[in-house]
Amino acid sequence: MVNYSEKEDSKPVVKCVSYFLAHVPSMVRHGSKPSREIGNHSFLLPQFLAHLRTFDQAVAYPPNQVFIGNLDPDDLLRNIPSPWFLNPIRNSSRWGPFGEIMPEEEFYGLMKICDEFQIMLMEDAFLQETAERLRTHPLFVAEDVQKLGKGRSLGQIEKELDVPETIPLYVNRDRLIGCLRRARGGGAEDDANLAPSILMENLATRASGVMALRHLISKVPGICQIDYLLGCGEEAVGDRYNRGGGNMAKAIGQLSGCSSATGSDVKAFCCAPVHAIVIAAGLVASGIFNNVAVVAGGSFAKLGMKAEGHINHNQMILEDVLAGIAILVTRNDWKSPVIRLDSIGKHEIGTGSAQQAIMEKLVVEPLNRLGMKLSQIDKYATEMHNPEITEPQGSGNVPMTNYRTIGGLAVLRNEIRREELDRFVEIHGMPGFSPTQGHIASAVPVLGHSVRKMIAGQMQTTMFLAKGSLFLGRMTQMSDGMSFLLERNKHSG
Amino acid sequence: MDLKGKKVIVIGERDGIQGPSIEACIKSAGAEPVIVQTQCFV
Repeated sequence: MVNYSEKEDSKPVVKCVSYFLAHVPSMVRHGSKPSREIGNHSFLLPQFLAHLRTFDQAVAYPPNQVFIGNLDPDDLLRNIPSPWFLNPIRNSSRWGPFGEIMPEEEFYGLMKICDEFQIMLMEDAFLQETAERLRTHPLFVAEDVQKLGKGRSLGQIEKELDVPETIPLYVNRDRLIGCLRRARGGGAEDDANLAPSILMENLATRASGVMALRHLISKVPGICQIDYLLGCGEEAVGDRYNRGGGNMAKAIGQLSGCSSATGSDVKAFCCAPVHAIVIAAGLVASGIFNNVAVVAGGSFAKLGMKAEGHINHNQMILEDVLAGIAILVTRNDWKSPVIRLDSIGKHEIGTGSAQQAIMEKLVVEPLNRLGMKLSQIDKYATEMHNPEITEPQGSGNVPMTNYRTIGGLAVLRNEIRREELDRFVEIHGMPGFSPTQGHIASAVPVLGHSVRKMIAGQMQTTMFLAKGSLFLGRMTQMSDGMSFLLERNKHSG
Repeated sequence: MDLKGKKVIVIGERDGIQGPSIEACIKSAGAEPVIVQTQCFV
């Protein structure tokens, strides 16, 4: 199947990874599920508002600290007792080696900077406060702040809210500071694809992707240019004639200083990031491009998706962050971990949808090709959804389910005994720590940690495997999946 | 449970057992699936 170059200098490496979180509790009410529930039962709104976290609580939340790289995933297993939401990290920082956690006030400003069509109207005093905050942020420049422009009076915003569909924007749970209105002109007035709710999703996605990419570029000072951007989010940008037309990648790159890049989006539900990394590796290895960035913003629709379970268990709503990721794939720099092109696993159309069949294709078949055993892989990165978010709603511990399936395959292959399964999971797995942001949670949150450990000589291999739920679009009952092996660069000393 | 001749609504789960897998099992037991869905709960 694979005919790849053995030339060392063309081997693709993961040179840098960045992660971004925007803590947006006041936007939770606009997530898909909360907005429908509150719309049907307005008495639920006070319950939602009463269970929102403060920014300091979100920063101190251990899984968020793992996400931005201040903690290791295994710290959640060994050093921090659960429930993690009752064991905050003292003196935690919004800044981490992989990125940052941004408060919603600044994120609104960022969304406004991304708004080229005057869709968002912001209250002037709030806008000026935000401008002051962004001036001190290391990744914003004067040109960004100028784009904030001048705001409106609160009265003007309240008047705008009389127009049907206009979305109110809040901070501090319920302080009105702006609105998001329907796009105007060119037939947008009656285009369901340009409704305020969809434009809000897309602006939030662009904004979170921009910050992930800015962080990435700031961490690679020697990078002269990014040639190609691969978007891999789950948003659908377009009007009535091109729903899902996309190219969010270029929209993100435009505000991240990538003037020499072009790009496109990869669409494959949750496993799009792993598809995109494999495509990026191919573009680099073939010599078509030298520097390819994979980028995605967050999933706005999933804000508060499982809030009902959190409220019923009297815990804070933990689905209150938007995430962004950016991954730089380059030619061999003789230091960064290598994407093994002979390791690519893929769920094929004829594979079927049984878990064992999927895992055989994503894990066993590639390792057979490499002549490796399952237990020879240091760590597996699978669906990394934080179980504290999913379990209260009855969705189970998704990473654990996947790790036990992989361990079960090791049992079937007589690599380990059945009674060694728990130990296999402990050694080769890790606790889920990712926000439940769809594509964001799908294996890639581990990438930064693996790159860091491999460069430090603390790890040799990680296998990344992601699954996609194609059936959600009602076009096919099929699943999807993609995998690759990341390996320590043998030239890294 | 004897499934022979029974009509069955199948709801599978992405990271557990997916709908088509359950469908194949109940068909082999002589049941008739009337709805087959796979859900993604994350």
